[in-house]
Amino acid sequence: MPNMSLKKHEMPSQAPEVRNKNFLEVALGYSAETAIEEAKRCLNCKHKPCIGGCPVRIHIPEFIAKVAEGAFEEAYQIIQKTSSLPAVCGRVCPQETQCEQKCVRGIKGEPVAIGRLERFVADWHNANSCDLPVKAEPNGRKVAVVGSGPAGLTCAGDLAKRGYDVTVFEALHLAGGVLVYGIPEFRLPKSIVQKEIDNLKALGVKVETNMVIGRVLSIDELMSEYGFEAVFIGSGAGLPRFMNIPGENLKSVYSANEFLTRVNLMKAYQENSHTPVLHAEKVAVVGGGNVAMDAARCAKRLGAKEVYIVYRRSEKELPARAEEVEHAKEEGIVFKFLTNPTAILEGENGSVAGMTCVEMELGEPDASGRRRPVEKAGSEFTLECDCVIMAIGTSPNPLIKNTTKGLETQKWGGIIADEHGLTSREGVYAGGDAVTGAATVILAMGAGKTAAEAIDAYIQSKN
Amino acid sequence: MYKILKKRELNPTVTLMEVDASFVARKAEPGQFIILRVDEEGERIPLTVADYDREKGTVTIIFQIVGGTTQRLNHLSEGEYIQDFVGPLGEPSHVEGLKKVAVIGGGVGCAIAYPVAKKLHELGAEVHSVIGFRCKDLVILEEEFRKVSDVCKLMSDDGTAGEKGLVTDALKALIEAGNQYDEVIAIGPVVMMKFVSLLTKQYNIKTVVSMNPIMIDGTGMCGCCRLTVAGKTKFACVDGPDFDGHEVDYDEILKRASTYKEFEKREREEACNLFRKEVK
Repeated sequence: MPNMSLKKHEMPSQAPEVRNKNFLEVALGYSAETAIEEAKRCLNCKHKPCIGGCPVRIHIPEFIAKVAEGAFEEAYQIIQKTSSLPAVCGRVCPQETQCEQKCVRGIKGEPVAIGRLERFVADWHNANSCDLPVKAEPNGRKVAVVGSGPAGLTCAGDLAKRGYDVTVFEALHLAGGVLVYGIPEFRLPKSIVQKEIDNLKALGVKVETNMVIGRVLSIDELMSEYGFEAVFIGSGAGLPRFMNIPGENLKSVYSANEFLTRVNLMKAYQENSHTPVLHAEKVAVVGGGNVAMDAARCAKRLGAKEVYIVYRRSEKELPARAEEVEHAKEEGIVFKFLTNPTAILEGENGSVAGMTCVEMELGEPDASGRRRPVEKAGSEFTLECDCVIMAIGTSPNPLIKNTTKGLETQKWGGIIADEHGLTSREGVYAGGDAVTGAATVILAMGAGKTAAEAIDAYIQSKN
Repeated sequence: MYKILKKRELNPTVTLMEVDASFVARKAEPGQFIILRVDEEGERIPLTVADYDREKGTVTIIFQIVGGTTQRLNHLSEGEYIQDFVGPLGEPSHVEGLKKVAVIGGGVGCAIAYPVAKKLHELGAEVHSVIGFRCKDLVILEEEFRKVSDVCKLMSDDGTAGEKGLVTDALKALIEAGNQYDEVIAIGPVVMMKFVSLLTKQYNIKTVVSMNPIMIDGTGMCGCCRLTVAGKTKFACVDGPDFDGHEVDYDEILKRASTYKEFEKREREEACNLFRKEVK
């Protein structure tokens, strides 16, 4: 008999006033009992619309049925067939607009907590299973993956499962891309990312860190000298944008990428870290996406008394996930909506003394369909702060484009690829933020998966 | 892991290391840099490629012991390993087509200026080098510079080595003596590069400086190394590190460089205690 409760089972989490002082994970995950109870809410319906909502097409009702039986390892094996990073996806996917949005139970009441169940199953496997994954029979064909973020890791995992000899090239000293430098520990513990990467290595994926493709090796060299038959570019969109307003190069102005890299990748929040980060009193974060929420919540945890989110549109237009906004508010982040910075003011010896802002009002919808913010005349005011973090977006790094002949890109730098990820160069595929510009982790994974299928078909056709 | 094949003390605060890094050695050019991390807990610091041997697959770095990380690095011996060593990064110096060049090196900046002078010499340019140090004990690479220079002026603040005076004094004398340079390349402390640029501006000589702001990734993803050149924001790690010396906002760079002064002081003291060694 299914559990007909209209509500999802709550996931225990740290209290806001406790968690905003530490970097430990906020959400604590289901217990086995809660997971089984929640799994029983799934009706195992005929049409399985949830699968259609998942970019990597996990066999959702099938794995949930195993959870309901308490067969957690079997549930993991089902997920693992189609997803390479379930412990990550279960945590950072916006399920409310994907699998859970399509869930039949959501029509009347709350949908089944698919993300929480996926997370539970992956964590259970990582904690309890010693089974090594079954390596595919090697087919002797080599594929290179540039970038070890969600797109690259997914593509690499899928190709390894098909028997390819896959090498992932990463520019930083740690693999994971935005999962290690961008998303903070309290949302996605780095040990979990590491575990997922170890799982991929166990499948036979090789990871070469400290390799900046475009400088140390070109795409052409990978294909001609090193014998890679195809290359997947998943180099992301890591180039930060600035507003180009006065004072932006003052010394306590960060891009969100820099601030988050210091905090997450270099662990500057830890007492004994050799990488410094400013511990400011009053921090203004400019922007309204998930990155802005992450930066603000990190700043709070570093001890800031006041942290502001400064966003030029209204609460309704915030691009961040509702859950992240909710968490930020609970932790004491102050939102300044319809506010736009015009200049950053210089204090002592090049530091920040404040930020001049103007109030905005919403006008007609623009090309993106959102109402365009218009400056309110005479509304200028000064926001007192001693640190500013710019989280207004990123674009693809031009390094690969500049060093790969014949690789066509959009005017704004995105690599042009068809629906299978194929670029203008034979054998060269691309996906994730490198193609779309800054988007979501799961879209990047979906693109990595699609490209892996296309690369497989391409190499098979060459025989 | 990257093995240290050779370690040599050039002066009491400057050390040379030859590192086994074949991928970097294959592609490195003068003006480019690497980022290294001494150990698992280490920060990422940029250091310029001082030399490379493509055959042997080695890269030479020369660093001044100024803080915690450089002390930790200096504590490693031949045969030991550096955790991470990534590069080559940045744009190579543009030296092709130059006929007559003055290369100015200040202090440990000489380690960065030297490969540029060497490359110019190899390309057949007339190289006049001016190298400056605080005192005799701090002189590095004098022999190397003499080998690749048509004229080499050694300067010291206190007159204990070469002539007494600043590099700008020597450069001014060379210009006044009628030397016409296609370009002046100045590499050293920010203040030195600023004053060389102010001097050459008077004579309208194109001047290139090599910037060394704070960096983390070195691949253009954070903007920590940004600076203002001709009123526009540039990232030193991808657009540079070389820039037109007459267009750089030096005062802004000096302010940004002081961002972590307090933290760096603590790190230095901690490393000093750890290794029981005083850093000048």
